Amino acid sequence: MTDSIYAPRMARLADIRPMTELEKLFVVEFPDGSSLGHQPGQFVMLSIPGVGEAPISISSSPSRSNGHFELCVRRMGDVTGVLHRMKPGDVVGIRGPFGHGFPIEQMRGKDVLFAPGGLGLAPLRSLINQVLDERGSFGRVIILYGAKRPAELLFRDELEQWAARDDVEFHVTVDRGDETWTGNVGVITTLFPKITVDPRNTVAVTCGPPIMYRFVLMEMLGKGIPETQIYLSLERRMKCGVGKCGHCQINNLYCCKEGPVFTYAQIKNIPEAL
Amino acid sequence: MRLRVLPKERVPDLVRALMADYRVWGPKAKGPQFAFEPLYDPAEMRLDYNISILSPKVALQPPQERVAVFHLDGGFTVEPVIEAEPTVIFGMHTCDLHALALLDKAFSADFPDAHYLERRKKTLIVSMECLQPCDEHSFCKSMGTWTADSGYDLHLIDLGDAYGVYVGTEAGEALLAKYAQARPATDADVRRLNEVMSTKWPRFPHRLNFDAAELPSLLATAYDHPIWAELGDRCLSCGSCTNVCPTCYCFNVIDSPDLSLKEAVRMRRWDSCQLDEFARVASGENFREARAARQRHRMFRKGKWLYERFGEMGCVGCGRCIRACLTHINIVDTFNAIHASQHRR
Repeated sequence: MTDSIYAPRMARLADIRPMTELEKLFVVEFPDGSSLGHQPGQFVMLSIPGVGEAPISISSSPSRSNGHFELCVRRMGDVTGVLHRMKPGDVVGIRGPFGHGFPIEQMRGKDVLFAPGGLGLAPLRSLINQVLDERGSFGRVIILYGAKRPAELLFRDELEQWAARDDVEFHVTVDRGDETWTGNVGVITTLFPKITVDPRNTVAVTCGPPIMYRFVLMEMLGKGIPETQIYLSLERRMKCGVGKCGHCQINNLYCCKEGPVFTYAQIKNIPEAL
Repeated sequence: MRLRVLPKERVPDLVRALMADYRVWGPKAKGPQFAFEPLYDPAEMRLDYNISILSPKVALQPPQERVAVFHLDGGFTVEPVIEAEPTVIFGMHTCDLHALALLDKAFSADFPDAHYLERRKKTLIVSMECLQPCDEHSFCKSMGTWTADSGYDLHLIDLGDAYGVYVGTEAGEALLAKYAQARPATDADVRRLNEVMSTKWPRFPHRLNFDAAELPSLLATAYDHPIWAELGDRCLSCGSCTNVCPTCYCFNVIDSPDLSLKEAVRMRRWDSCQLDEFARVASGENFREARAARQRHRMFRKGKWLYERFGEMGCVGCGRCIRACLTHINIVDTFNAIHASQHRR
């Protein structure tokens, strides 16, 4: 039988970990134990039969695959709403991995500055953990993470580990604190004055809501980091994931194929990109 | 190229014979217009049609098709649905033939789409030379699609009481041998054909005021042109232009359970970049919220981006989008206006 690029493989939810009010981490495995074989920055199309399909970035690092992968999913629409009501052992459909991820080979030997905002940590965590698992082949690792409220911080246990490491410069901020929060308060750009970088030798990586990019990019460019060394992961509506359906087009670029990871140089002249 | 001659009175028998072994799509009358539909009687076929409402792409990428069935049994199994049957598209005009070259590339690139490609593999194309423009909206001569020398299995040219038949492929040769008694062309036939083709030339006007090869570079200068706001003000976002376009292939994928809840179907449906929600993401952000941006997106696809990606122009000059637009948005006038304004500077 001829295969269809629109027919997913069956996968099982091995574990589900609540993270915040809106986000859960889904640990997914294929019944035959095969690995997804992804690169950090790629995404999958996640199906719930009879409900629909949505593009979801892969949150786990290939270096920690162990026959499963992780998806950090916000409850937003039909597919993610049903997914959030599922239990361990339930099945979903997976197509992919798709898209052009982070060029990790070109980052080796360099300092890496991560600036995820909110749910933007979901795709960046894959790369962060890959970099940390191969810590020796990178220069400085700087992580600046911003969320709206303390209750919206994702991967809290890992944030604590990153904060505790001597070889990671980690700063976190929230737009609005609460009675228990003793850390930084302010938008993510308020973290940039806390760090200095060697711009030629620094690769910067960011992902977050569209409004955030403009300001984070100004900070990165302000530090002298070249446009070709700033990577963004963009969100788009996707129906096929393979460069056909047209929904994810950013002018002449297909986000699902040429992206979702772009350099700032690639998209800076496209007004509808950000 | 091999040329045969097929007397016109034999065409109904040819179509009838084909219908026994193939699904045959041809132009039929639909009210005062014409539509490509499966033929059930050779007499329905109207080879004198000017242009079909939808392009014959409907035979290869139907407006709606199943792509997979999920069998739900606690887990699920997926059954891909590849619906391809031996098909002949009869009477396709050359603008649509050129459009097919683009669709073939779009569905083959990177991740081959078996739903389209299997159907395409089983489809034979019998195209037809237009001897006059469909109406005042066609600009096929400007786009270089008013004739064709490849892309077909057989190509018919009206010689009066007979068709000259160019054989484009072995499959076309075999089809002709099996289903029609076409005779080899004589020198007199060739002379007649050359005469027909040379009288065709002056009947077709150039409607673009410049060489279409300049379109991609012209549009490169026009991203911020004021004309997009004008078009955006008029556009109703109905999607008619993309529905009738022979090179538009964007689609939506929709899943739905059947009533038993034991099966679910994944459908693919035509979609349109002109609709408001086309580029809207889950967080609510819409990256082409303005109608002006959506019209610009369409015009750039047609005149620049598809060409740069696939080496085939995204516009074949059929004029369907012009005829279909309720607010008279006209792709020729748009390109000409941009050209004129850039040359005034």
